[in-house]
Amino acid sequence: MTGPGSVRHLYVHLPFCASRCGYCDFVTVVGRGGQHAAYVRALLAELELERQTLAPELETVFLGGGTPTFTEAGQLERLLAALPPAVEVTVEANPETVTPGLAALLRRNGVDRVSLGAQTFRPELLRVLDRVAGPDDVRLAFYHLRDAGFDNISLDLIYGIPGQEPADLDADMKEALALRPEHLSCYELEAKAGTRFAHAHGDELRRQAEAMESYFERVVETLVGAGYRWYETANFARMDAGDRDLRSRHNLAYWRGRDYLGLGVGAVSTVDGRRWRTTPRLALYLAALGAGRRPPRELELLPEAVRRAERVMLGLRLDEPLPLAGFAGEVDAAALGRLERLGLARTVPLADRDAGRRAAALALTRKGRLLGDAVTADLLA
Amino acid sequence: MDLAKIRNFSIIAHIDHGKSTLADRVLELTKTVSGREMRAQVLDTMELERERGITIKAQAVRVTWKGHELNLIDTPGHVDFTYEVSRSLQACEGAVLVVDAAQGVEAQTVANAYLAIENDLEIVPVVNKIDLPQADPNEAAKEIAELVGGEPDDVLHISAKTGEGVAAVLDAIVERIPAPTGDPAAPARALVFDSSYDQYRGVVAFVRVVDGSFAAREPVRAMAQGTRFEAEEVGFFAPTMRAAETLGAGEVGYVITGLKDVSRLRVGDTLTSERRPASEPLPGYKDVKPMVFSGLFPTDSDDYPALRDALERLKLNDAALFYEPETSQALGFGFRCGFLGLLHMEIVRERLEREFDLDLLVTAPNVAYRVLERSADWVEVHNPAEMPRELDAVEEPYVRASIIVPKEYVGPVMELNNDRRGRFDHMEYLSPERVLLAYELPLAEIVLDYYDQLKSRTRGYASFDYDVAGFRPGDLVRVDVLIADEPVDALSMIVHRDAAYPRGRALVERLRAEIPRQYFDVAVQAAIGSRVIARETVKAKRKDVLAKCYGGDITRKRKLLEKQKAGKRRMKQVGAVEVPQEAFLAVLNLDDGSRR
Repeated sequence: MTGPGSVRHLYVHLPFCASRCGYCDFVTVVGRGGQHAAYVRALLAELELERQTLAPELETVFLGGGTPTFTEAGQLERLLAALPPAVEVTVEANPETVTPGLAALLRRNGVDRVSLGAQTFRPELLRVLDRVAGPDDVRLAFYHLRDAGFDNISLDLIYGIPGQEPADLDADMKEALALRPEHLSCYELEAKAGTRFAHAHGDELRRQAEAMESYFERVVETLVGAGYRWYETANFARMDAGDRDLRSRHNLAYWRGRDYLGLGVGAVSTVDGRRWRTTPRLALYLAALGAGRRPPRELELLPEAVRRAERVMLGLRLDEPLPLAGFAGEVDAAALGRLERLGLARTVPLADRDAGRRAAALALTRKGRLLGDAVTADLLA
Repeated sequence: MDLAKIRNFSIIAHIDHGKSTLADRVLELTKTVSGREMRAQVLDTMELERERGITIKAQAVRVTWKGHELNLIDTPGHVDFTYEVSRSLQACEGAVLVVDAAQGVEAQTVANAYLAIENDLEIVPVVNKIDLPQADPNEAAKEIAELVGGEPDDVLHISAKTGEGVAAVLDAIVERIPAPTGDPAAPARALVFDSSYDQYRGVVAFVRVVDGSFAAREPVRAMAQGTRFEAEEVGFFAPTMRAAETLGAGEVGYVITGLKDVSRLRVGDTLTSERRPASEPLPGYKDVKPMVFSGLFPTDSDDYPALRDALERLKLNDAALFYEPETSQALGFGFRCGFLGLLHMEIVRERLEREFDLDLLVTAPNVAYRVLERSADWVEVHNPAEMPRELDAVEEPYVRASIIVPKEYVGPVMELNNDRRGRFDHMEYLSPERVLLAYELPLAEIVLDYYDQLKSRTRGYASFDYDVAGFRPGDLVRVDVLIADEPVDALSMIVHRDAAYPRGRALVERLRAEIPRQYFDVAVQAAIGSRVIARETVKAKRKDVLAKCYGGDITRKRKLLEKQKAGKRRMKQVGAVEVPQEAFLAVLNLDDGSRR
């Protein structure tokens, strides 16, 4: 049970981008160069307003966007310097923004992990995604980060891009693996309704949907074969690093149902059974914090049952078995039996902690994880 | 009333040829209703009838004209009610046959004229709508004369709309139609030609008294069914109900029976007085049986009791409607309903949806089959799922169909009828341009979309009518649909052996497209007995997961999951396979024209 002053995970949203990518549905702001300083000032003001929520020592800080590294260097540095320290500090970066100077700036301000948005190494597919960087920019950015001393770099890849052939996907993974990143996030492109991208490519995506169904499997097979741990539906961590656990600690906190505080426009927080989303509108956000008030929020109450259902939903994305104790009301035993017979789920015994009490955990098989959403819908009573 | 001063007649016409307008004009001209009271088409009372331009329930109105009592007996305008029409006609001595001057003779005109002739009625032929610019009264008159025998000169030319020539029609009714015959002194006999249910007064019988007379508060017996009651009131319509002391021989009117159930007093039965009963009933009574069957299911299963109540209420006024509970594994609880024909089915369905605000799934209609089982008994089967797999013979109902088309469409119509297993009977040229084709067709072939096909192949020019001719042997097979080896009761169908393969194939293809992919391959098969005639596979899904799920995505993801869960709850379980109700709807729903 978390309470005030116990949140150990902090997310900070930096919405600014050089241009907007057609598939993106995050809160982003393009071409407001003059507002970076004001925004950072507002973030820090918001941090002060929420500081009592945070634990004295944080476990993770994550700067996401937008393009955090597009933020003016001076402002970015001011922000990083003012944020509380944490065991893991991650910044998302777009390849074209990563210069030796930026890498050094991140390094000297306590950032120890960079998530680099590569998406694909095929120039024509990068164009489909409206990405600014070319394949060489990705490699260059990666080396700049290595040169600056980063030993925990994650690459984002997207598959299922309109026009992407299986050979393109294989080539992307080969290119990515050649860089030996500590971590890989691989997402299927989702044409979310309302995005420019869905409008332009929706029909084509629907047409190739069946052919691309095997891409996910292909990604998992290739990356697991290359020595990565498929520890979450879309995330892979290198396993040959000795004692180092290269999984994203920040994201694991989400999947394990921990509380987190989000700062910035459109950021979501979940603290003590309440989830809120800060206004996505920059002007409202700046005005409120400029006046010393909390920005407008959309609040959602999470009753205990909902939180338990979310724990199951998120927990089943991980490769760690989910202890069933405490979720008896959530998991449909009959459905579990069916799914076990179909080879999609299995129960595994847990080390007996209390004598005489059978403890079991629920895990999805590899096939079950590929069908995770449907399986979860079946399992949740 | 002196029998010689009474005339009983009907107006018969094809739909929209002006029957109701003529009836209105008659009421006006005879001052039965004043111009101010005149509401267009007084006789059609129900909203639905008004909209569809058809009359479901016959009524009889008494008017006076030049010292004569004229009883206008309204007949239902459609073939599904042939039996009711024939009973109404039996109550008359004559009929005014109305033909649209622009349209000429149509299939219903022919069917109704033949019925009138069979009932020995004197026909007063009338060409209506002579005021229309495109009217060709002389041509229409020639067609009528050809149809009923007689001279084109005897055909009256009128416009019911303007009133022109209507007085001459009334005169012709008095002059040409014979007075009723009957014995006022004999034991009382009256033909029930229609009935209606009133919430407060019970069943109201519409009768034509043949012999003797009936008075209020007399004990009465329906001779065929044996139902007994006391006549609470007798009277006639003019045009509203007027009580009378007695109804005498030759007269037409109503008897309020106080009965609470229309099925206890069937159309065609003979009423007699209990005090001095007649020895013989009037001829022609027959127990009408539904021929077309269909399953009615509420789309929301919570509406089942409401559907049951609604059917109960409709049945009060519709003795021909048949229903019994049906449970379908695919569609849940509903009713298997029997109808006289397609129009009857449409009317019932529309009334259920409109008057009772029910949202219904209506399965594709099928006909009644007679099956000779191995046990050597003939049984009637109303539901393909109940057709025994082991049987010796099957018979299906046939109809005599009349189709009238411009001659250039004879080819396409013959082709359609051949496709539908029709047997050519004969062909008549009604005029140099228009041809009547007489066919015998299996009723099963016309219940699906025959009428739509006919209309589309003749650019809407064909008119079509039919009456049931009886049961004939058929080379019929039962086709079952199996999803993952489980038979789906609601999808079984009975088809001619030659149509089994294409129909089975179309059905499984459709289902394959409608069934969502499961965790495993799902076979969709059509089979005759154990022989599979068509097979499709719904391929297993390999991936179903949203890739990205971070702090800001959790609520959206949870809501998607809840939606997915809700979708699963609406699924029907067929063995291990989850099939959405929509998939069944897509294959079963009557509204869907792509079935064939």
